[in-house]
Amino acid sequence: MTSLLSGHGLHKSFGPIPALRGVDLEVAAGEVLAVMGPSGSGKSTLLHCLAGILAPDAGEVTFDGRRIDKLLDGRRSRLRRTQFGFVFQFGQLVPELTLRENIALPLLLGGRGRRGSVAAAGEWIERLQLTDSADRLPGEVSGGQAQRVALARALIAGPRVVFADEPTGALDSVAADEVMELLVTTARAEGASVVVVTHEPRVAAFADRQLTVRDGRAVLPAVAP
Amino acid sequence: MGIVRRMTVSYALLGLLNEADRHGYDLKQSYDRRFGATRPLRFGQVYRTLAQLERDGLIAVAGVEPGAGPERKRYSITTDGVTDLERWLSEPEDPQPQLQTVLFTKVVVALLSGRSADVFLEEQRQRHLAVMRDLTRQRREASLRDGMLIDYQLFHIEADLRWIEHAAGRLDTLAEEIKL
Repeated sequence: MTSLLSGHGLHKSFGPIPALRGVDLEVAAGEVLAVMGPSGSGKSTLLHCLAGILAPDAGEVTFDGRRIDKLLDGRRSRLRRTQFGFVFQFGQLVPELTLRENIALPLLLGGRGRRGSVAAAGEWIERLQLTDSADRLPGEVSGGQAQRVALARALIAGPRVVFADEPTGALDSVAADEVMELLVTTARAEGASVVVVTHEPRVAAFADRQLTVRDGRAVLPAVAP
Repeated sequence: MGIVRRMTVSYALLGLLNEADRHGYDLKQSYDRRFGATRPLRFGQVYRTLAQLERDGLIAVAGVEPGAGPERKRYSITTDGVTDLERWLSEPEDPQPQLQTVLFTKVVVALLSGRSADVFLEEQRQRHLAVMRDLTRQRREASLRDGMLIDYQLFHIEADLRWIEHAAGRLDTLAEEIKL
């Protein structure tokens, strides 16, 4: 497997409390990987280290053949903006902007003009079946619709990797299935890899492969998946 | 008695004989205490199962002792019996209804004999996750009706997985309790 993103020997502590104690993992281009584990196992910390949100205390994170854990803040945030997309448990949409404007936001922040950004957002609105609510505010739509907006926003700038942290945590099971189906199919269509953190087996089952983190360590499957 | 339960009872008795040689009466008492809280074994089942295990060469009569009534046979596990027990313990089960009896019995037999229940539970977890992945893939191509049947399976497998996670967190306490 040629890996697009990898972590080797990752350690991270918060004060005296170790969250990661030597995790290795690899994500291939176009692969959907689920990171599972009970709450407090370190799975979100792992995602944050891989995505350049947190710097590990020890170990290496490599993306597209380059070390990214030692990058300075400015270059790391540029990398996050141009190469990575993010979906969190609660969409973290801007409440004052319409769904259309929320989706266009990464392009606007990246310097694409307003007209081009909004036009690109329009395509994603159709693709994710949000046409009827495109001009509503996030507070006026369901949790499932809000997560679809978060998904479109994560994918609009053409990221190589989408990081999703408990993306269905606030949804009922029907909406959760819809969001996961869209996440997996749209990311595949765009050629992006996905790292999804979840404690729910039903969500993890959408992935190509699952990795379990327990007490800050990766539990390797003892049998072939 | 269904085939799953019959098989499971056989392996539970093998597990008990792996711990120590026992008479039929002793086996029934030990089984009921460790495995049979809600479904104790009947004597007829115990002797039928022992006869079958003996015919298959998995156990042997280690001695015959006179008792107050009829003579009592003391059974011990054979080398083939240990091999068969270990094969059963190390092979993850395919998800199926009524699996809880088998999974629970495997955990108790592993702990009784000082084998690793952690490894067994983790491998079982991987088997369940792999089946969920396949079912999720199948559901993508399925009609809504078939998809809903697949959902039913997925929710049941997920319930098994929750039990596996929960059991994995309580192995130390369980190990102490069942040795009493």
